[in-house]
Amino acid sequence: MKGRDEIAQALAASGYIADADLATAISLMQLLRRPLLLEGEAGVGKTEVAKALAKVHATELIRLQCYEGLDQSSALYEWNYQRQLLAIQAHRGVDSIEDQVFSEKYLLERPLLAAIRRPKAPVLLIDEIDRADDEFEAFLLELLSDFQVSIPELGTIPAVTIPHVVLTSNGTRELSDALRRRCLYHYVDYPDVDRETRIILARVNGASPSLSLQIARMVEGIRKEELRKVPGVAETLDWAAALVGLDIRDLNDAPESVHETLICLLKTHEDRARVTPEVTQRLLGKVA
Amino acid sequence: MSCCGSSPGYDDLDQVSRLVSARLAAFLRTLRDAGFRVGLAEGQDAATLMSSGYAGRPGLLRAAFKHLFSARKSDWDKFDGLFDAFWLGKRVRSRSRTIGSAPGASNPSLKSLQDAAAEQGGSQSITDQLPSSDDAPEGRSGDGRMEGASPAENIAEVDFRMLSDPDQVAEAHEAAAQLARAMRTRLTRRDLARRRGYRLDLRRTIHRNISHGGVPISLVKRQRKDKPLRLIVLLDASGSMSMYTSVFLRFIHGVLDQFREAEAFLFHTRLAYVSDAMKEKNAARALDRLSIMAQGAGGGTKIGESLQTFNRWHARRVIHSRSCVMIVSDGYETGDAALLGREMAVLSRRCRRIVWLNPMMAWEGYTPEARGIRAALPHVDLYAPANSLQSLRALEPYLMKL
Repeated sequence: MKGRDEIAQALAASGYIADADLATAISLMQLLRRPLLLEGEAGVGKTEVAKALAKVHATELIRLQCYEGLDQSSALYEWNYQRQLLAIQAHRGVDSIEDQVFSEKYLLERPLLAAIRRPKAPVLLIDEIDRADDEFEAFLLELLSDFQVSIPELGTIPAVTIPHVVLTSNGTRELSDALRRRCLYHYVDYPDVDRETRIILARVNGASPSLSLQIARMVEGIRKEELRKVPGVAETLDWAAALVGLDIRDLNDAPESVHETLICLLKTHEDRARVTPEVTQRLLGKVA
Repeated sequence: MSCCGSSPGYDDLDQVSRLVSARLAAFLRTLRDAGFRVGLAEGQDAATLMSSGYAGRPGLLRAAFKHLFSARKSDWDKFDGLFDAFWLGKRVRSRSRTIGSAPGASNPSLKSLQDAAAEQGGSQSITDQLPSSDDAPEGRSGDGRMEGASPAENIAEVDFRMLSDPDQVAEAHEAAAQLARAMRTRLTRRDLARRRGYRLDLRRTIHRNISHGGVPISLVKRQRKDKPLRLIVLLDASGSMSMYTSVFLRFIHGVLDQFREAEAFLFHTRLAYVSDAMKEKNAARALDRLSIMAQGAGGGTKIGESLQTFNRWHARRVIHSRSCVMIVSDGYETGDAALLGREMAVLSRRCRRIVWLNPMMAWEGYTPEARGIRAALPHVDLYAPANSLQSLRALEPYLMKL
């Protein structure tokens, strides 16, 4: 089992700059064998945590994207009934055909079943669990408690390995207390200037430390404006890449270009209108 | 008992672990009193952490406990203050409710806990300060779960007019938004239950499988096309309703945020369509915008005229066969009551249900004598009070039957 500092270093090596709290949460996942529930605004890097975790453990990432109406057949398993019908046609009159068509050969693995049958424990990312409905949440809770699956025709399939489970939620629906209590909780907030600077340095080729710091300060200022869609880390990285691409080394050298490239951060018409050239100038005055 | 402080004997270690367990139990009680949902499993995991080398590092222990005991953002935000107050003897800076540590008992820090473990005398004084493990407050089950005593229920029965403390108002707003979320969630589950079990579309299946010699390899399913329930809220924002407007605005914000299909209108002397203003993700900003829109001209309430506008210009667009119209008003009509009756009749033919919520209904001695209410009632499917969160909650089963 890795300690907190070791995990933080491994995450950084995989390109994810984590705060100490998140490293603690990941070390607790291993110690207590509980799933980790990440909540936070869209674009703060929740999904990235799971990707980085897979790199840290040098294992596969299996992702289940949730949506309204998601059911077990899309998440767990499904019989390949076209192949079954063909087999029945081809073996007409064979008595044992019924046993044959309900065997492993005709089973389609979906993410949840795949996650418990890998020889090496994968990272199972259950993305946007709040988009699924209560019924699916209850089923998931059962799976996360027992780590075994019952398939009527095959019997109970126990887990080969216990996956590292990460759930993310944007809070579009209140999750049940039972699910919340089953998980460790971590609230992913927008990064502070220092962490965002390090993220830009790690992820954007050609971004100098001074430019990265300016970008992080500028984004922090923009997040404090009254916006409808607050820019996330992905938008910051897009903007940084755009500025580097335009060969801008200091934001104050090219205020017009800075204002024009803000389309990387501001994604609605109202927000674009709200951040006028004067506002950009005012914010630039603070990052010098 | 060992007499040697440097190498504690078995009894001393036992004493230490008992002491730590007692402190931990007291901390869990503190968390429960502060609204955290802490059960047996969390307690056991906390004990595991204490014995895994976390106990000697307060900073690390706090981070670990924070992940373990928090279940939502509100827990996350207040945890540090509670932890510091309990284990490190610091004052809580947050405005959270009083936590349940014994009054006047100074909380020994982790360091002094270790010191106390080293000296027998100190441990006695600390354990004296601890509430005994079997004096759990009422209303708790054996596994430490709170039995229905969630913070939201403390104000469930309070009339919205009586809420003056800003904290309580904020709590009512939050509870109203949560209630809206809960209503939406259960309705969705109900929709799904009805949709379960697709049927084969045999005609299309045969067509598609002609190339296979008629063997049905590729199946075509006939999906039920269920229309989701649509909720249309008409909120009276006139002067006589001013004491209730803010809570209902918050409720509507929750409804619009959570229901896939919902529309909202405000009315006083005229009707205003406010769904777009409510699409603001930030509730406080949405409420500000709406409060401005809700400021009536001060000329009373013209429910009939507002409904006429709704029926003429909006109904065709927003109402379908699975629509429920929810009118929140005290029914004091300063316009033409006969017009209100006529427009209610038109509306009732258009939608599946009309729910009329009247905050005054729960007032002692209230009878629906206002002309507006009398004209409207024959066309209303459900007439219910809506002056407290409890009365709002009582609507949920009814809405589920739509």
